[in-house]
Amino acid sequence: MNSVKKFDILRMFLSVLVALALSFLLIFVLSEEPVEAIKNLVIGPFSSRRNMGSVIESMIPLIFTGTGICIMFSANQINLSAEGAFQIGGLAASCVAIYFTADILSPLAALLLAGLIGALFSVVPAILKITTSASEMVSSLMINYVALYFGTYMLNNIIADPRASSASYELCPASELPVLVSGTRIHLGLIVALLVAVFGYFFLYKTKTGYELRLTGVNEAFARYSGVNIVKVIVSSQLIGGFIAGLGGGVEMLSPIYTRFNWTTLTGYGWDAIIISTLAKNNPLYVPFAALFLAYLRTGASIMARRTDVTLDIVQITQGIIIILVVAEQFLSRYRHKLIAREAKAALSGEEVA
Amino acid sequence: MLQMNHIMKIYGNGVVANEDVSLELRRGEIHALLGENGAGKSTLMKVLFGIEMPDQGEILLKGAPVTIRSPQNAISLGIGMVHQHFMLVPSLTVAENIILGVTPKKGLFIDRDKALSAAEGIAREYNFDIDVRQRVEEIPVGIKQKVEILKALYRGAEILILDEPTAVLTPQETDELFVQLVQLKKKGHTIIFISHKLDEIKKICDRATIMRNGRSMGTYEVADITTQEMSKLMVGREVSLQFEKNACRLSDQVLLRVRNLTVHNSQGVLKIDDISFDVKGGEILGIAGVEGNGQTELVDALTGLNKKYRGEISVKGKDIRPLSIAQIRDLSLAHIPEDRMASGCAGNLSIRENLFSNQYRSPEFSGKQFLKMKAIERRSDELIQEYKIKCSSRRQNVAMLSGGNIQKVIVAREFSTDPDIIIANQPTRGIDVGAAEFIRQRLLAFRDAGCAVILVSADLTEIFSLSDRLAVMYKGKFAGFFTDVANVSEEELGQHMLGIKKAEVLEGVVYE
Repeated sequence: MNSVKKFDILRMFLSVLVALALSFLLIFVLSEEPVEAIKNLVIGPFSSRRNMGSVIESMIPLIFTGTGICIMFSANQINLSAEGAFQIGGLAASCVAIYFTADILSPLAALLLAGLIGALFSVVPAILKITTSASEMVSSLMINYVALYFGTYMLNNIIADPRASSASYELCPASELPVLVSGTRIHLGLIVALLVAVFGYFFLYKTKTGYELRLTGVNEAFARYSGVNIVKVIVSSQLIGGFIAGLGGGVEMLSPIYTRFNWTTLTGYGWDAIIISTLAKNNPLYVPFAALFLAYLRTGASIMARRTDVTLDIVQITQGIIIILVVAEQFLSRYRHKLIAREAKAALSGEEVA
Repeated sequence: MLQMNHIMKIYGNGVVANEDVSLELRRGEIHALLGENGAGKSTLMKVLFGIEMPDQGEILLKGAPVTIRSPQNAISLGIGMVHQHFMLVPSLTVAENIILGVTPKKGLFIDRDKALSAAEGIAREYNFDIDVRQRVEEIPVGIKQKVEILKALYRGAEILILDEPTAVLTPQETDELFVQLVQLKKKGHTIIFISHKLDEIKKICDRATIMRNGRSMGTYEVADITTQEMSKLMVGREVSLQFEKNACRLSDQVLLRVRNLTVHNSQGVLKIDDISFDVKGGEILGIAGVEGNGQTELVDALTGLNKKYRGEISVKGKDIRPLSIAQIRDLSLAHIPEDRMASGCAGNLSIRENLFSNQYRSPEFSGKQFLKMKAIERRSDELIQEYKIKCSSRRQNVAMLSGGNIQKVIVAREFSTDPDIIIANQPTRGIDVGAAEFIRQRLLAFRDAGCAVILVSADLTEIFSLSDRLAVMYKGKFAGFFTDVANVSEEELGQHMLGIKKAEVLEGVVYE
């Protein structure tokens, strides 16, 4: 079976390559200066310290939402509320950071509240599912807009700074997460994010609750038969996933990138988390790598958009194709079957010799 | 008539179901396809019926090579199949089921009169005594099977595949089926009869192709071969179905007590009708019956999977109604489920992760929050060895294993807690003889050690050879109960299974 597993990994890389190739093709069709555009897309992120920094910096929120989604998806709870949890986590952290100015305590309190609010937010679809059997996928999609509009309501009515246009009062300087690498905006959040990914891995693969969660995700009937409390799994997976996504929103808000809360649209990090969990096969340990790849692509695309006539949207297309190819089980399935058949035959003749 | 040469079929999970199988049919014969469960009979027939594509080999129909891509394709070539699990629409009438898909039409609408007469016509032509106006949901299993056969004949089947047709039938219904099959043969139809019951094959088949481990072991004239020879070819060695069974040593304690158990399913249909019984330590209570007579519901209630029952169930004197499944398991109750893939394992997790799903909570394998991976791995390796689970490593996904080995994983897990009560639902269904024998021996060993065992099985030989007491379920009741299993004949059991004979008084069901 070994070569089949290798093949599955290879297939993932191939999906990414095919998606990139198709995007390049599109650039050639659409752009007046395709070579320049592709050069910026691919090499752009390495072109300066600032650009490299921006790759790392945009990877941070992706690790949070990606890990959160991995945990929820591992339990086969297709809860897409990471988007809203991130948003509302950012809002909660801002509120704390505006009014509570104590050194060290301010960011800690802000982040803790961001996580808790995110957890409470993401558990709503879980509770609806348990009590009314509403599909968590549908209700979590809808509830994201509650987070968005609650945020804009707060922004316009409660924390609005009359001197700024659609932005909150300034967050207190004490709450800002320190920069780690000078000349960039890479901040302490990176460490937190990596710790969260490692925590996610240990939680899913080394703890009792994580085991119950994966058991339920693979075969709920079997988990129930084994004595797993399914209700507990549904709730805990979404509480933890939501906490992590909310924490991510808080970290993002307290990073040097923002000085005020000003989100009036959804950030999209929750959606990106789906492609990340797909690439990472729901294992949080691979999430930072997937996030790095996506961040690199994003940074490259924005450099390309700034310097040439190709717009940022091209990356959305690339992402879409990657997801379709990775998820499409039939992609290269004939070749996969041949590989399996060959191994099985080899095993047969091996038995005969022995 | 038909030749299948050197067929090889490998499934997507790497299981080689057919390695090198050849089959040759003559016009107008009943040809037995004989082999243990898992030998590859069903796979070969799926290849012939276009459900699976072979990885190697060729099919010749009347001398000409054909590629069969789909069941529609097979039907148009004159091949019909009656599946083990019937493919009928319960809410439609017999006639509607027969004409389904090849419906006579009047404009946009179904021509009902024509449909009815067509269905009646085909039933008459083949001497099938069926009322085609009845709804399928109202007719018994034996008739449903006849409808399936008529359906295939109506579509012009010359070659008829019957996949274990007698598995769901009582002995009486089986006899009736055989009469019909002989008639079909006389009309020139060719029948492939899949079975692993030797006496049935002796009774009606002309030739037999024997399969073992995905290979054909040759084709024989049934008249020239003894059942002993057939079973030897099938299994590869002599098997004794009689077990060395020690005398039953009952303990004093009633470990499982059931009183007035009544269960309705989610549609409100009565599935268990006021059953009471006791099981003591040191005995095996066998539960026989045609599938669907309440066995599944009984097991679900006993194991806590279904709490919507009336009556009382107590395990070791404790009422299980308020207990969670985990708490019931903690009373030292093990459960081998009926459908191993649906609820017995997590196919996409490793063997190791499947082996401790019922005991990861115990202090041996976990602390407050963390799993003790070392202990788990050590135990997994021990169990894999002890139960002779064939695998490349403990990290292999369970879905990659053969049916018998998956069952061994389940049994190893359930038995490794050293249970006091075992509820085994079809513990050896669809697995090879070696594994089945192993599991049966284990069940007996647990019984001898003072464990209370409930064995639900469709395999009568298994029921007869293991049970100390024997109940027959029919329509949610015990239609028969025997304390002296050795003196019960298969015919008698069959009559109880069919509901022809019903015991008025059930002696020895409860210990009081």
